[in-house]
Amino acid sequence: MKQEKGKEKRKILVCAGTGCLSTGALSLIQELNQEIEAQGLTEQVTVVPTGCHGFCEQGPTLIFEPEQTLYVQVKKQDISEIIDKEFKQDLRIERLLYQDPLTGKKTETFANTNFFVKQERIVLQNCGFIDPENIEDYLARDGYKGLMTALKQKSPDEVIEEVKKSGLRGRGGAGFPTGLKWSFCRQTHADKKYVICNADEGDPGAFMDRGVLEGDPHSVIEGMLIGAYGIGSDEGYIYCRAEYPLAIKHLKKAIKDAEEAGFLGENILGSGFNFKLYIRAGAGAFVCGEETALMASIEGKRGMPRARPPFPAQKGLWDKPTNINNVETWSSVPHILRRGAQWYTQYGTEKSKGTKIFALTGKVNNTGLVEVPMGITLREIIFDIGGGIQDNKKYKAVQIGGPSGGCLPESLLDLAVDYESLTSVGAMVGSGGLVVMDETTCMVDIARFFVNFSQKESCGKCTPCREGNKRMFEILDRITQGKGQLEDLEKLEKLARVIKDSSLCGLGQNAPNPVLASLKYFRDEFLSHILDNQCPAGVCTAFLSYHIDNELCKKCGLCVKNCPVNAISGDKHTPYSIDLETCIKCGICVEKCKFAAVVRSGKE
Amino acid sequence: MSCSCLELVDPKEVKLDAVLSAYQGKKGVLVPVLQEAQEIYGYLSQEVMEKISRTLRILPAEVYGVATFYSQFRLKPMGKHIIQICLGTACHVRGGAKVLEAIEEKLRIKDGETTSDGRFSLEIVACIGACGLAPVVSIDGDVHGRLIPERVGQILENYV
Repeated sequence: MKQEKGKEKRKILVCAGTGCLSTGALSLIQELNQEIEAQGLTEQVTVVPTGCHGFCEQGPTLIFEPEQTLYVQVKKQDISEIIDKEFKQDLRIERLLYQDPLTGKKTETFANTNFFVKQERIVLQNCGFIDPENIEDYLARDGYKGLMTALKQKSPDEVIEEVKKSGLRGRGGAGFPTGLKWSFCRQTHADKKYVICNADEGDPGAFMDRGVLEGDPHSVIEGMLIGAYGIGSDEGYIYCRAEYPLAIKHLKKAIKDAEEAGFLGENILGSGFNFKLYIRAGAGAFVCGEETALMASIEGKRGMPRARPPFPAQKGLWDKPTNINNVETWSSVPHILRRGAQWYTQYGTEKSKGTKIFALTGKVNNTGLVEVPMGITLREIIFDIGGGIQDNKKYKAVQIGGPSGGCLPESLLDLAVDYESLTSVGAMVGSGGLVVMDETTCMVDIARFFVNFSQKESCGKCTPCREGNKRMFEILDRITQGKGQLEDLEKLEKLARVIKDSSLCGLGQNAPNPVLASLKYFRDEFLSHILDNQCPAGVCTAFLSYHIDNELCKKCGLCVKNCPVNAISGDKHTPYSIDLETCIKCGICVEKCKFAAVVRSGKE
Repeated sequence: MSCSCLELVDPKEVKLDAVLSAYQGKKGVLVPVLQEAQEIYGYLSQEVMEKISRTLRILPAEVYGVATFYSQFRLKPMGKHIIQICLGTACHVRGGAKVLEAIEEKLRIKDGETTSDGRFSLEIVACIGACGLAPVVSIDGDVHGRLIPERVGQILENYV
């Protein structure tokens, strides 16, 4: 950072992203402000509510600027001590520092945590370090300089050329080269063109776009402005899912401020370029993440995809040429214009340039948002940045790409993550959700979960997607109920091929991916369910059975008290036992037993 | 007796009229109009949808078609507090189903239902993007994370 220590007013950056808000960030901000005033420090310290620091697992988090000291899981009661020690005595509070889950070592600054060290933050560089509702903060970190470069130094064609040279590809999942996409739309002659930001982040397990929209909304607006200038468009829409109210609030404020500052509107920065930007809130339909469905939704219709061609670049919103990119793609653009394509290409692999944000979740120690150079291995993301698997359990799979992706086994952990490599193993980058699974996750259950999601979200237009996914769900459901047959696996594969080949849009074409990948890498688990009547992970209730290990049982009777169906009997003199006929396999006895004497097994 | 017309004006209808006149004549406004109407009434009744259809000159079938396509729109009255339980991937692998069971048991309602006292409605949603804190529920938009079934009762008590 450029600040000179001691001269600048010190800042406390409080993560006020959705995650940390839910763990009490708002009351921390109030308490901090009160305490700063009470201790007479208002001249020296300001509290800045920021977007997501990315470190959701450890929230609420505070970062002190300029030293970047990081405090994690801060509680209201800690505040007066923090202000006193940090600002009066210049002392760190050991217990609030982040502790590495693997080594047990404490780390003082955010930049030195294992979570951060391997990250390369370009799109997320402002996220968590600025007040997203304050345009001045964005400007102070070179905000709108990319736009200035574009408008003052480059022709529209040169802007597109620069983006082409950067190698930036669509971050929404498919990875189409962004500059090329822009040039198609530029080449179409029309009196009106639109640009759209796809912020309908619907993949379960993905919240990268939410992080960017909440934490750095101006970067998205700036990217859209640059794109619109290149393409020759004067009107844009941000289509944001309604489930993200905070993102919509920050976007509205950002648009208003950008209008007042002259970055949006007529004759922007005296260049003669005009651009008007609107927000549309989605209404809860996953399929609207597909570009033609999204445009139908903006037009006020049911969000159903249509056949392409014509592509949006020829005929899009209201039949006008339209360019759609996703949040992360737009947000990458200002950096490319400001620092040059050459600079951007130093990150990533030969065919996948730059960085990608992943939402790391599931059974991993450090959940949160991570931005890494393309080409990093899954092992580095999960074990170095993510700090490994929770509770020292064994890694089983990572689900990448949401309902369009697949679960990858341990043997593929050293795979370098880029568009081509992931597609070659039957998964995809998708929007970037990474859900880590351990030995207690059942892969048949996960396949069932995703197909259930896709069959519910199918818009119903194409029969193979509407009916086929339903049938796949029924088969998978049957297998998890212990009623599967060997030929079911073949049926699944056959159905999957038909659905993939004959659906119109990405939802249908990719919906069978999670099943195919699981059948490829975890076929044994399917076979265990079908042939051995067993769920190896102990998840599928139909296969579970419980018994009491009388050597470990201390006869405390806690299980009897908690059993909702009175299936457990026994007393001080007779050994405890579970009546399997009555047992509903809820597992409460296992959770309640303090001596691990109730044993759950995945075999009937 | 003096005229009391003013008292008979339904404030919700006044709001809806304002929304409709703000959007009238603009293109592609059906979704935002339905969203604002639902914000006013809590749900979309047949009368409200018919009024929107008449004012915006959009066929009733189209209004109904859009209202039933998107999961956000509700065609029947909801409880005072809306519980959205996330069963997205991250919440699924971290035990969201157990939390759902606890809520169902506590309130004696299932997905899409409302308690008989009208206090709570329950909805299962796919992902609210707070995966880092899985499993989560959102009540009236407030996200509660890292839930365990035992904490459900205590959280619900805050919503009277």
